[in-house]
Amino acid sequence: MSDHSKVNADAGKDPGKIRSVSRLKEIMTHYYIDAKTARDNSKKVAWITSGGPVEPLIAMDVIPVYPENHGAMVGASKMGVDLCRQAEVMGYSPDLCSYARADIACAVTQGGPIGGLPEPDFLVCCNNICGTVLKWYEVAARHFKVPLFILDTPFIHGEMTEEARRYVMSQVEEYIGFLEKQCGRKMDYDRMDEVGRLSVEGLRLWQAVLDTAAHKPSPITAFDAFFHLALIVTLRGTQVAVDYYKELLDEMHERLEQGIAVVPGEKYRLLWDNLPVWYRTNWLSEKFASHHACLVADTYTSAWSGILPLIDENRFLESMSVSYSSVYINISHDRMIDKLREMIEKYDADGLVMHSNRSCKPYSLGQYDLQKMVMDQLGIPSLIIEADMVDERHFAESQIETRIDAFMETL
Amino acid sequence: MMNQYLETLDIFRGISENPYEYGKSIKEVAGKPVIGYFCTYAPEELIHAAGALPFRILGTTGAIERAESHLQSYCCALVRGGLEDALTGRLGFLDGAVFPHTCDSIQRLSDIWRLNAGFGIHIDAVLPVKLNAPSAHKYMADVLHKAVRDLEHALGKTITEEAIAASVSVYNRMRRSLLSLYSMIDRNPGVMAPDAMYHILRAVMVMEREDAASRLEALVRVLEENAAPAEKSDRKRILLAGGICSHPDICRILHESGADVVSDDLCTGLRYADGLIDETERPVEALAKRNLGRMVCPAKHLSVTARGENLFAEVTRKRVDGVIFLQLKFCDPHAFDYPYLKDRLHRENVASMLLEIDQQPPPEGQLRTRFETFVEML
Ligand code: SF4
Ligand code: SF4
Repeated sequence: MSDHSKVNADAGKDPGKIRSVSRLKEIMTHYYIDAKTARDNSKKVAWITSGGPVEPLIAMDVIPVYPENHGAMVGASKMGVDLCRQAEVMGYSPDLCSYARADIACAVTQGGPIGGLPEPDFLVCCNNICGTVLKWYEVAARHFKVPLFILDTPFIHGEMTEEARRYVMSQVEEYIGFLEKQCGRKMDYDRMDEVGRLSVEGLRLWQAVLDTAAHKPSPITAFDAFFHLALIVTLRGTQVAVDYYKELLDEMHERLEQGIAVVPGEKYRLLWDNLPVWYRTNWLSEKFASHHACLVADTYTSAWSGILPLIDENRFLESMSVSYSSVYINISHDRMIDKLREMIEKYDADGLVMHSNRSCKPYSLGQYDLQKMVMDQLGIPSLIIEADMVDERHFAESQIETRIDAFMETL
Repeated sequence: MMNQYLETLDIFRGISENPYEYGKSIKEVAGKPVIGYFCTYAPEELIHAAGALPFRILGTTGAIERAESHLQSYCCALVRGGLEDALTGRLGFLDGAVFPHTCDSIQRLSDIWRLNAGFGIHIDAVLPVKLNAPSAHKYMADVLHKAVRDLEHALGKTITEEAIAASVSVYNRMRRSLLSLYSMIDRNPGVMAPDAMYHILRAVMVMEREDAASRLEALVRVLEENAAPAEKSDRKRILLAGGICSHPDICRILHESGADVVSDDLCTGLRYADGLIDETERPVEALAKRNLGRMVCPAKHLSVTARGENLFAEVTRKRVDGVIFLQLKFCDPHAFDYPYLKDRLHRENVASMLLEIDQQPPPEGQLRTRFETFVEML
């Protein structure tokens, strides 16, 4: 389906490591040190969901902390099983989201890769990603005995209703009121505008980084994107994120100029759906690379920037209600298929790999239907991998290996 | 008296055991549209006011085959079973369904159902998840008004305010009687057969509501006039907490193990009956108020402690000795609340046990042993 002949000619160059990796690690370390020492610097800490509107927090000088990013760290450092088990001993069902289980265990035991997250002064939960976060944040609110603000973004079946739009709009006002009360001062709207602009700039740069994967061969894989996403989640709306993504974009452009293929001999271009399998990203990355397959894009890391067309940077707060409500996993399957189609075309993908992630029902239920739609409407084959993003007990390596090998043969 | 009681109970039990046959007959004989729903927050009164029969879907009794190709294994039996019956045609008598937002699984089921089940009518009523803010109060009423318009459009008729008010009064009659039955059970757990209450509840959720209301009223009257006064007993008093009770047999086995169910916190239970609708207000606004004020479900947020406080208050009010958590496997909202509720009870020295149900409850022998052990411990 795609012309790879040219690709193979210049595919020999060693991709090497992405330089910016070490810069990112540095920034993240600083960020967590800042968060952990917030109290000493009389700063407030708020826990917020990954898809939540963080910009007002930044404008209020509150340090946002992301339990889901923490969950990803737990997964990547392979501490998931142990922490999940601890939560199960407390009575949490092994069928619950493993981010939630791991994080709840960390909160109680101060365990995990960084000895627990800094305690929150308050919590901000936006349910545009799932109903799980609502319950998880209720648990956190009881545990830390801190106030909880819920931004309720009604699920969009088809089009966003006028009723829902008004509802979310008025909650944005409630949100700001809540923050003013927690911080004991008024929102500075000039600062808010500035943060909104930085957020949009960061998102645009991030999307530009992801877009370099449209080039053949691609200078970046989805596995790299999983890693470099960290700042879009945690520092969106700050200058630090903007500067970082500028650097990363420059590096990608350099790679493009030098014709560096991140997967040497790139032959197949695949799309990934759902969260990463955090404890097996290397293994999966190598596995696909061994078939000369590059995962050029994914529905997960593009979810943040995917709402860019809906954000008006000059009226950030007003456009926030529609944009934050419209993220990839808060929309119905018939709208998801449109996004998949767009991505398949943009990145010229030959196949789709779907992670059926038992932790994440809103992302995973319906994948079978999407798989069929992608085949029927676009003629693109797909592979479903049954696993979990953090809980390794649900990763059957040899079975998955066989399935990947078999799938690659059909392409 | 006994006869009338048994007759009425038989009717409820018959419908509870064969709801689809009943649904079919309403469709065929009364020629009424039948609209399925999955959750106690569905705007039933509005469906009723539109001249249709609101029909609660409670999962399947058959094996899951067709639903397998649409839903992964990590999805609750209610969602899988409902889809199975839609795809196999067992729910063929439905004209469509209304999906209120409940949990992540139902939200996804709505899409899968709409794209695959082939019913003419499909309405999403995405109610607010938080209930404790002015914005949500307004939105609750807005969504119900929108549901009125959607139903009008789907069924091709106008729903007048008078019709909604009439439905409201039927529902109030029904709920008042259900609440009376709950108080009778509280005073005398042996007033009806041990599995009667949950058959009744399952039945009224699919029955013609006028009929349900009248039969419930008759039942209450008969029991009030004739029931023998409660005897002093040292049998243990149990509260069932969780989602749906698809297997009223559980109450019989429990009864034989020496304990009686005296109250619950279930979708197919008190959460359905709780909360009368204010008949002096404009009906849609009154319905919105009921949704905001009734006993809260774990998929909605009233406050971080509301469910624990409700549960403990009910345990105290009904002098409950032990709580059995009846949970569907893969049900996230309930599973998240369980550790908190369990600990909350434990702090007050109220014992509890967890019974997780996948497709079917555990075999009777095993269940009996677990219940006997639990009851002995109380
Ligand atoms: S993984 Fe899924 S269920 Fe878990 S917090 Fe994220 S969106 Fe929610
Ligand atoms: S609330 Fe629980 S039982 Fe009800 S549909 Fe959702 S997961 Fe299933």
